[in-house]
Amino acid sequence: MKNRLKVLRAERDWTQAQLAEELQVSRQTVNAIEKGKFDPSLPLAFKAARLFGMAIEDIFQDEEGS
Amino acid sequence: MNKPQTDSGSWQASQKRNTVHLRYWTSAWVLSLALAAFGPKMLWDFQTGLTILGVVINLAVGFGMIVANKRYLQGLDEMHRKIFLDAGALSLGVGLVCGLGYELLEDIRLITFQPEIPHLIILMCLTFLAGLILGHRKYQ
Repeated sequence: MKNRLKVLRAERDWTQAQLAEELQVSRQTVNAIEKGKFDPSLPLAFKAARLFGMAIEDIFQDEEGS
Repeated sequence: MNKPQTDSGSWQASQKRNTVHLRYWTSAWVLSLALAAFGPKMLWDFQTGLTILGVVINLAVGFGMIVANKRYLQGLDEMHRKIFLDAGALSLGVGLVCGLGYELLEDIRLITFQPEIPHLIILMCLTFLAGLILGHRKYQ
């Protein structure tokens, strides 16, 4: 699954640690999600979407479907 | 730098607290196990009452460690919980297969000594540790 987390974070000038604290996960988890190594659960994806004020599909895209 | 505006709480502080609690309970359990194992011979000359007390303390502290471990696991984020559970599954599988195989070795007389439970525990701990390391490397 691809995602725009890194771009959205950079646009807001947030560090991985700040994003991690907001999403209530570790910095390592944010890093793994940004690199596409770990797919977040639906609740975590919703939390990210709420944080950025966007729809989930605007942040996360299914690679097989694209 | 813009700071996120949501209410984040103190998730990381809670994580640290859970880790410290687990460390304390694990240390206490190891000490209570040592007391129950060596106390009868070295401290109170096998007095039954004290020996039973040592075992009860060990079981009670062990239960506390299990609760602390459960809280620690529940407090982890989803990626770390997955790494922890994958390592646990690997450790359990290796423990089951190797434990039964090890026990069988004596039955079929391929080894002459009695299989010891601590050997199995050490193997499971090392497997769990290896599983944690591999899991962290996988998501690095």
